[in-house]
Amino acid sequence: MQRSTLLEYKNYRYFKIASLLMIAAVMAYLFDQPATGAYGGSWLGYLFGILSALIVIALILYGVRKRLTPMRTEQRNLLDASSPQQDIPDRRKREANWLRHHGATLHGWLSAHTYLGVALIVLATLHTGFEFGWNIHTLAYALMMVVIISGFYGIYAYLRFPRLMTANMRGSDTFDTLLLEIDDLDKQASVKSLQFSDDICAIVRKARQETLIGGNFFRQLTAYQRNCPTARAVQQLQVLGKSLEYDQLKSFDDLYSVMAHKESLVRRARLDVMYRARLGFWLYLHAPLSIAFLTALIVHIVAIFFYW
Amino acid sequence: MAEPAELPLRSSMTFAAGTRENILEIWHEDIQKHKVNLRLGAQVDGIKGERGDFQVTLSSEQTINAEFVVLAIGLQGNINKLGVLGEDLPNVQYQLDDPEEFKDETIVVVGGGDAGVENALALAQQNRVILINREEEFSRCKEGNFILLQAAIKAGRIEPRVNTRIDHIDTETENGFLLRVAAKTSEGVEIIACHRVIARLGASPPRKLLESFGVKFPNSDITSVPELSEQYESNVPGLYIIGTLGGCPLIKQALNHGYEVIEYILGNPVEPADEPLLKQKISIFDTSCSVREGLALIRRNAPILADLTALQLRELLLESNILTPKPDETIFKYDDYTSSFFSILEGELAVVVKAKDGSEIYFQIKAGNFFGEMGLISGRRRSATIKAITDCVLIETPRRSMLKLINSAESVRRKLDEVSMKRVVRNCLTNTLPESELNYLLQGATIRRYKAGDVLFHQGDKADGLYLIRRGSVIISHMTGGKEDVLSYVITGNYFGEMALISDKPRSKTARAASATDVVLLKAPVVIAALERNTDLRDLLAARYRENAHDKKMIEPQGKPGNLFTFLVQQGIGEATDVLLIDYSLCIRCNNCETACANTHGGISLFDRDAGPTHDHTHLPTSCRHCEHPYCMLDCPPNVIHRSVNGEVFIADGCIGCGNCKNNCPYDAIQMVAVNPKFKKPGLWQALLGGANHDDKKRIPDDDLPKKAIKCDLCKDNAMGPACVRSCPTGAALRISPEALSLTMRDSSAVLE
Repeated sequence: MQRSTLLEYKNYRYFKIASLLMIAAVMAYLFDQPATGAYGGSWLGYLFGILSALIVIALILYGVRKRLTPMRTEQRNLLDASSPQQDIPDRRKREANWLRHHGATLHGWLSAHTYLGVALIVLATLHTGFEFGWNIHTLAYALMMVVIISGFYGIYAYLRFPRLMTANMRGSDTFDTLLLEIDDLDKQASVKSLQFSDDICAIVRKARQETLIGGNFFRQLTAYQRNCPTARAVQQLQVLGKSLEYDQLKSFDDLYSVMAHKESLVRRARLDVMYRARLGFWLYLHAPLSIAFLTALIVHIVAIFFYW
Repeated sequence: MAEPAELPLRSSMTFAAGTRENILEIWHEDIQKHKVNLRLGAQVDGIKGERGDFQVTLSSEQTINAEFVVLAIGLQGNINKLGVLGEDLPNVQYQLDDPEEFKDETIVVVGGGDAGVENALALAQQNRVILINREEEFSRCKEGNFILLQAAIKAGRIEPRVNTRIDHIDTETENGFLLRVAAKTSEGVEIIACHRVIARLGASPPRKLLESFGVKFPNSDITSVPELSEQYESNVPGLYIIGTLGGCPLIKQALNHGYEVIEYILGNPVEPADEPLLKQKISIFDTSCSVREGLALIRRNAPILADLTALQLRELLLESNILTPKPDETIFKYDDYTSSFFSILEGELAVVVKAKDGSEIYFQIKAGNFFGEMGLISGRRRSATIKAITDCVLIETPRRSMLKLINSAESVRRKLDEVSMKRVVRNCLTNTLPESELNYLLQGATIRRYKAGDVLFHQGDKADGLYLIRRGSVIISHMTGGKEDVLSYVITGNYFGEMALISDKPRSKTARAASATDVVLLKAPVVIAALERNTDLRDLLAARYRENAHDKKMIEPQGKPGNLFTFLVQQGIGEATDVLLIDYSLCIRCNNCETACANTHGGISLFDRDAGPTHDHTHLPTSCRHCEHPYCMLDCPPNVIHRSVNGEVFIADGCIGCGNCKNNCPYDAIQMVAVNPKFKKPGLWQALLGGANHDDKKRIPDDDLPKKAIKCDLCKDNAMGPACVRSCPTGAALRISPEALSLTMRDSSAVLE
């Protein structure tokens, strides 16, 4: 099963639209020679400004659409499903219908969001006429650029991490099943370690009590725990194993393989946390800054009209 | 057990659904109140005589003289025993009242039927359970029990012994055990020490006893019940039989039967409790005739129902609707997803089907015939449109009642299959086939049934004939160098196996059932002879032959090896009509799909995105697949699980929270939860500020709310389609039918939108 990515959506529909928009804008900018020099207040500058503002509204609306589940029919409680069906069209026909209305899928919205966001760089930059300064206008511009650049990271993350996450889960595991399995291995290791010396027991106990999966922002993002007790336990067991009596070796190998298995599961669980963090953390920048940008933009527009 | 709710209770004994203990207590009080003359501990050894002069002999040598005798002894007095040495030892029991009574025991359960499996499952909660089945497989129990059993065996909670019989049972005193069971397995005798043996071997009519009373049985089948008149009188005048032994296992009806018999004997014949309801139904087409005349008319005009017993026919009619369509009125449309069955009592109807060239063809069917069996059997959309030509009278029997009847009345199944075979040939091959050719093709034809995974034929087999699918689906594959390539997926209403017939070579491919499948197999020599003389048929099969000669393979995603379709079929999508798939190379695990689902369904997501297997990058989440023959519908006491005309399987109002559907669903797609009736979809501001994410912990809003079964309804009331698919920001989620998926996978240029 291969579905189109957010960049390929509908055979690059929004790529085409955004490209046309950008090319047209650059051409217009190059051919237009206002007497005052290029700036936001020329008629072309206003046009760019209005277009950019409209795009911003479309981009913000994506965030709204994502959080709402629109219903086109009257909202009924679907659990009360005894009502007659006659007025609902066949789902297969309906599907063809709503797929054609690309606006109905969030997939289409995101594809448009992505390409229009890129187009905004060109349109807004041309709108400035390359006039920058220490003022609210340039602040709005800078905030916009930060939001868009964080969006680029988002595209990268969305296209890259899902495959890695799937590979890390190997078919049927989930994060929760990994944790359950780790817990189970911990219990096994505790029991198995009892017949050995105190230092081996201590190593195993430490691995059980102090191994962290996830945790603070940095740990989540890097899948790293300094001196991870589980990894250390595996290393130390390797060394300690050498000094054991022959008749203890079989049960020791048993313990060792449990700990080694646990280490690989811990690594995979941390990777899963890491991928999720890397898929998500940029939104903490992208979304609030877009609100900040929107605020700055409103101030910018009001200011322009106030000081006309 | 299900009780027909609308049926009034006439007996002065009280009865309402409740626990066994409650009901028994109330009856006990009623018996005292009505001063019933009871003789407890009196075992009847023989009954002699006839109406007006019966002698009932008791085992205490006493004789009771009676004018009439009513037998209401049920089957449980004749529980089948083990029939081996030690069958009556203490702790060898044939019933289980409360599985929680036993703890930390080793218990041998005997019997692979539902009772045995259910007991074993319940006991396994706190005991070691060994389940003995004399057959190789547990094929006699319900699908739901079978699945639970498989899981329990896999988890080691039940130790099965198949192909095993108990040889004898001894007492045992060592190690605290009480019994020693000698079991004959296929590998020899195994001695099992245990505390208890529970044998659930069913019960059967005490035939010998009844025959000694002079009662006759209709056939030699061990489960058959005596033939009775409409007053429940047996062939011995004055001897009446009611209840389970009379073929009616439902308590309320049995109580009514008893009431009716007594009143009849007293000379105040009452009409049966269902009489007014039947009268009302019959008056729809004939206001003047009595119920008896009406039933006789149905027998005359609907031969498929002619051989039913009076009780079966009454029950069927109670559950059915009488329709009286006017000329030109449509009964159902091509492609509708309905599955009721229609018998024609009066009038003529037109069957409108599409020919290969797209033009419409009309057949006429008349009174005495039936239709709708294709949708009933296949569990798929209607293959034709049915319109009334004249004023008609039809009996519309719901899917559930009809399936029950097919399974219990051999005559109905036989007549249904006879007619259905012809229709299947027309539907699968060509609707323009003339009647004579049809009869020719069907010489020696058989109906074959396969389970999911069964092989219909192997690569290299000699061609035995042409396969027409009546129910289910089949995957056709080709083995090359030890690797299996799936070539196509063939569903109900299609044929396969023509290549070897035309080329006169052995089978070049393997056909395997993707779900429970019925085929009509046309004999090879007959088909070959038909091809020689019928050019239309030859052209039809030759065109398919050439198309298949291209040997298209299913394309794997990203050209990688592996066999996605085989994987999906192993996961059971062969019986699905609509599955949720997620492309895990695109899914960013944001769970927006679940949030959207929860927002449209009372705050609860009806599927679990994370759970479920993944093959390569295709993830099959735990969600409803809207099966052709939904398991959830099998045993819904209030009968509230339905399929809409558009195909969505949904749970309507009236769920009693019994959990049968959840247990029967092999795909874990049903949840039992307390639904908060006050749930409101989060508003814009709440959504924007992060309040919209559903949270598992919030699932139970109030412990006092009753739990109900909920499942995916494909957002059937929403014109824009399933919320989960629509709300996926990266377009990873997809709902699709397996046949559409298989077609897309055969076309390399297709991208699933």
